[in-house]
Amino acid sequence: MIRTVISTLALLSASSLAAATHEVAAGAGAQERLQEALILAEPGDEIVLGAGRFAISDGLSLDVDNVTVRGAGMEATVLDFTGQRDAGEGLLVTSDGVTLRNFALENPKGDGIKSKGADDIVYHRIRVTWTNGPAATNGAYGIYPVESTGILVDACEVSGASDAGIYVGQSKKITVRDSIATDNVAGIEIENSRDAIVERNFVTRNTGGILVFDLPGLPVMGGGNVILKQNLVVGNKTANFAPPGNIVAGVRRGTGIMVMANEKVWISDNIVRDNPTASFIIAAYTKPFDDARYNPFPREVVIAENDVDEGSTDPQLDGAEQLLAGFGGALPPIMWDGLNQDKDNPALLATPEISSWTLNLTRQGQPLAEAQPGPGDLPAYGQPWEFGEIGAPERLFDRI
Amino acid sequence: MKAGVLAGLAVAALLGAVTVRANPQTAVDDTAVSGLDLPRNLSEFGFFADAPAQQPSPGVVPYRLNTPLFSDGAEKLRFVYVPGGKVAKARGEGLLALPVGSALIKTFAFGEGNGRRLIETRVLLHRTDGWVALPYRWNDQQTEAVLAVAGGRLPVTTPSGQTISYRIPNKNQCKECHGLNGEVVPIGPKARNLSADWLDDFVGLGKLDEAPELAARIPLWEERASVPIDAAARGYLETNCAHCHQPGATASNSGLDLRWEQHDPHAIGIFKRPVAAGRGSGGHEFDIVPGDPDDSILTFRMGSPEPGVAMPELGKSTVDSEGLDVVRRWIAQMQK
Repeated sequence: MIRTVISTLALLSASSLAAATHEVAAGAGAQERLQEALILAEPGDEIVLGAGRFAISDGLSLDVDNVTVRGAGMEATVLDFTGQRDAGEGLLVTSDGVTLRNFALENPKGDGIKSKGADDIVYHRIRVTWTNGPAATNGAYGIYPVESTGILVDACEVSGASDAGIYVGQSKKITVRDSIATDNVAGIEIENSRDAIVERNFVTRNTGGILVFDLPGLPVMGGGNVILKQNLVVGNKTANFAPPGNIVAGVRRGTGIMVMANEKVWISDNIVRDNPTASFIIAAYTKPFDDARYNPFPREVVIAENDVDEGSTDPQLDGAEQLLAGFGGALPPIMWDGLNQDKDNPALLATPEISSWTLNLTRQGQPLAEAQPGPGDLPAYGQPWEFGEIGAPERLFDRI
Repeated sequence: MKAGVLAGLAVAALLGAVTVRANPQTAVDDTAVSGLDLPRNLSEFGFFADAPAQQPSPGVVPYRLNTPLFSDGAEKLRFVYVPGGKVAKARGEGLLALPVGSALIKTFAFGEGNGRRLIETRVLLHRTDGWVALPYRWNDQQTEAVLAVAGGRLPVTTPSGQTISYRIPNKNQCKECHGLNGEVVPIGPKARNLSADWLDDFVGLGKLDEAPELAARIPLWEERASVPIDAAARGYLETNCAHCHQPGATASNSGLDLRWEQHDPHAIGIFKRPVAAGRGSGGHEFDIVPGDPDDSILTFRMGSPEPGVAMPELGKSTVDSEGLDVVRRWIAQMQK
């Protein structure tokens, strides 16, 4: 353990070997005092942010294990990055066992909070807001854990992200729950990740509500074993404002829940209404790829009982008028591209209670112009598979 | 009371003694390099016989990199220290393996001649449990540099005449570039980015076991116009980007690998789609579109000074127009 001898160590001197508390108030020099506290903290310590606005001009970072950063509330303590001048995110966490709670970030130039290789992290009552509403000039991700095992995002709020509000990438053992994602391109996205539960979130006014994607060419692939349940996914009809080039720039305005590639995704007990392109889109990866490790097809996506409306009446699809006419005024809630990996690995199984339609594509990467839309006839699902250890580890829930 | 405070008091007492001694110091203090403490002042290491003039102490050896990292045009004075009785080991064309007790010292300066102003000195110390990276900020009198764990900002005028708010990175940000597989590692002194003469001299000083045979070196940056464009550009990307863009480093999740030794076209960005670029994509679909630098994300991000878009994310606030030019020419001459 490296001990420091610099003068700011006086901060620590009153404490015993037990965990210390470092209080950081808003006001002059707040950024430097906060960053010093983040660097000088020892494992087990708590950094307590006072109420008020903290003007931050440079990216903050935390690289000490088992530290808690706590504010006075997600409305009361605001880290204001409007004047940010460097770094790709507002706060970067690269250590394990970190708890972030009860504070907000506003207007980071890049991502909000990124935690990379940061296992067992808890985000509780964290708010990330781009205050000007949806804009392509906003940062990409609000809450952004990546390459980590053990992630709990609980009771958070993100709005305005030009990619995904809450984005979990290349990770395992994830719970995202009781959070609110509004006015983002994607509300919540689980990408190239396994063993994730997304539950009881309120996802509205995004371009697309909840996305579960697997993409090629990344260090970690093979996304799957995901449960989406009891989410309220309504009114996601904000025009797509993602900068072109990003994968979410292709998400159609009015998408409720979308699964692309991935194996074993269980979708049940959600309320999915007023998403005018489709309540559910299940599709293979659409672009060419050159990665032998990658499986572009969805496998065993189950749409079980969910509360949906009659269908989608204002789809952002070419030939929408003809489609609507063909389906009697509303597209069935489930839209499938028609692609399976093979006969033994059906892409999609669903309750007969929710009707579907298919593009009847016959090969991965086929242009949508060649679609032959028709009513779907999806196989019924049986018992859920054995989910195994899914969701954030129990010990993370003890920290909130 | 914490052990750190006790150690601090002890060092403070020692410092009192140091001030009585004749200065400037003339020899490196190995305990400052290898110990557990984070010395408050740069002078405590004794790296310099005359620090304001950047004259190194005996045993502290200056070096340069064939192609360096761009830092807003700062002049960078680099030194390596290997303690007495120890020898660094060459490992092929890669990083020299510097033994415990070694240090790398890099001073950033702006201005010429008498107008030269030292801004910061970053040190990398090889201690028993790994490398430690620390930033020291020079005082206005240019007599001492003081540890700045939280970094800082100050106005400087770059060689191109721009007045900028120069950012001294904080201690964690050192690790963002120097982190690899969870450890702090040096970036610069790879055999392929050092001259053959310097390596021979270092062997001659008894500080390096051998000068490795190299198939190819990263070219001298001054010669970028006359060397093959591929070598100039890949050398630039190696030293300016690959410390983050490689497996196990800060930008590993992007899947982009810009190391000199990476030859897979997709891994170096050719027709590679962005992962988490956000508005950094600039509306472009691929990192590199052969023959089309105007439609490549790589050049878009290198050409932007805007945080959240600009690459590299840390360590510079202006666009490196010379570096951008080399990378643009490299992409432009790729077969479409």
